[in-house]
Amino acid sequence: MKQLFFDKIAYDRQVCDFCGTCVGVCPQDAIELTEADFTITERCTLCKNCVRVCPLRALEFIDER
Amino acid sequence: MRDKYDIVIVGAGPAGSTTARFAAYAGASVLMLEKDRDIGIPVRCAEGASDAGLRAVLQNIDERWIENRISDVFFHSPGGKMVELQFKQIGYILNRKIFDYDLAQMAAKEGVEVLTKAYVNDLVRENDKIAGVKFAHMGKNFSVRAKLVVGADGVESRIGRWAGIKTQTKMRDMETCAQYTVHDVNLTGDHLHLFFSSKIAPQGYLWIFPKGGGRANIGLGISGDAAAKKAPVCYLNEFMAERFPHASVLNSVAGGVPCDHTLKTIVLDGLMLVGDAAHQVNPVSGGGIVPALVAGQIAGQVAGRAIHNGDVSAKSLQDYPKRWHKAEGRNHQIFYKLKNYINRLTDEELEGIAEAGLKVPLEKRSMITLFKAALVQKPALVLDAIKVFT
Ligand SMILES: Cc1cc2nc3c(=O)[nH]c(=O)nc-3n(C[C@H](O)[C@H](O)[C@H](O)COP(=O)(O)OP(=O)(O)OC[C@H]3O[C@@H](n4cnc5c(N)ncnc54)[C@H](O)[C@@H]3O)c2cc1C
Ligand code: SF4
Ligand code: SF4
Repeated sequence: MKQLFFDKIAYDRQVCDFCGTCVGVCPQDAIELTEADFTITERCTLCKNCVRVCPLRALEFIDER
Repeated sequence: MRDKYDIVIVGAGPAGSTTARFAAYAGASVLMLEKDRDIGIPVRCAEGASDAGLRAVLQNIDERWIENRISDVFFHSPGGKMVELQFKQIGYILNRKIFDYDLAQMAAKEGVEVLTKAYVNDLVRENDKIAGVKFAHMGKNFSVRAKLVVGADGVESRIGRWAGIKTQTKMRDMETCAQYTVHDVNLTGDHLHLFFSSKIAPQGYLWIFPKGGGRANIGLGISGDAAAKKAPVCYLNEFMAERFPHASVLNSVAGGVPCDHTLKTIVLDGLMLVGDAAHQVNPVSGGGIVPALVAGQIAGQVAGRAIHNGDVSAKSLQDYPKRWHKAEGRNHQIFYKLKNYINRLTDEELEGIAEAGLKVPLEKRSMITLFKAALVQKPALVLDAIKVFT
């Protein structure tokens, strides 16, 4: 079951390890992460850093093309 | 829990626990908040550390912390050459579940109050000054006041950001990692193995750290730039399928390491950053346990004195960055340039370095002789090397 943020970033809770690597590269400090919870907040500018850095590909950018 | 402390520390990793312990020892009242339900779990780490490094801060090394003793490393080239290097000092594969837990307990014994499941989500400000933190704990919101806030919140490093420091790690400096702790009958021998190859781990390396009894941490880290093309876990799965197709995976973790030099600003009025949060990691190896201990000791001592003197201004805390720079920070600046140099090497160049390294007799081999071999291999890099070492 994937969660969608801003219709653009798909997040897969089954894959995520709650490791914080995405938080460390987010230029907007837009990610809230506890050991069991992940949210992208309004500050996000869709820069894709989090999607690209995720070691497990728990995040995916939805391109409409 | 009280509503006011001298110092609040965010994050109970090695950096937080060590800072807490030394600050409390110096007489400060300290609260340490950790968002996870357990200290030391999950272990996002290959658990390697040198004896000398640990002893710089910890007088006694507890046998329970040690899973294996290591005395050499094999570097693997892209073409499969193996260059052995013997350590001058003994290395350990730790059990960080026990190690991190004990560090927090050592802090507790000095009087530090520790609280887990405490997610810090903002700073408290009074008259534009940092005056504590807000946190969520078991569904309730709390606010606690402190003269000094310490951000020891690891790779996420949000405390510093809220205070106005740019703590974000650049994509090329973030080593993004996947690791399995495995059991495999073919995992024999107590040697470290490091694989350098653009096909196995581009702009990074793959490690096998043996834990004894056929167990090992097998993982890799690659730069954020490289990960944009293919995820670390895909590289790891390919390696496992090829080399250890029948291994049992006992544990799997992801993680990130800020392989950067130390942030320029690590103290502000009423604020300190320590450990990964301050980018105090050896940028070549990605090793951050010992740096976190070293920085934690200095930060804790300086924080304790600042509280005692009743002055937590950035000026009064300056001794911390100064002493850190002397202890490790200066070396990390050099290592950072060295990392950028290593990441630029092509597979052919790595192969040439391995070949040259093998020609050096084992007893004469060291990081320096290998580096010299690398320079001969790619003379154009002499210029870079001069930049690295000057
Ligand atoms: C895959 C991998 C392998 C590694 N291998 C090695 C190795 O072999 N040797 C080595 O020396 N180093 C290694 N490292 C690096 C090492 O793990 C870190 O440098 C070290 O843990 C840093 O310690 P720290 O205390 O600064 O941060 P951490 O140990 O990360 O502790 C930070 C703590 O802060 C908590 N926290 C974060 N945000 C909040 C918040 N908002 N509220 C409350 N709590 C919060 C976190 O939950 C965490 O417990 C590795 C890292 C990775 C990812
Ligand atoms: S980097 Fe990936 S695995 Fe790690 S917390 Fe972010 S989304 Fe989850
Ligand atoms: S897309 Fe960029 S701004 Fe948005 S959450 Fe990811 S890293 Fe942050």
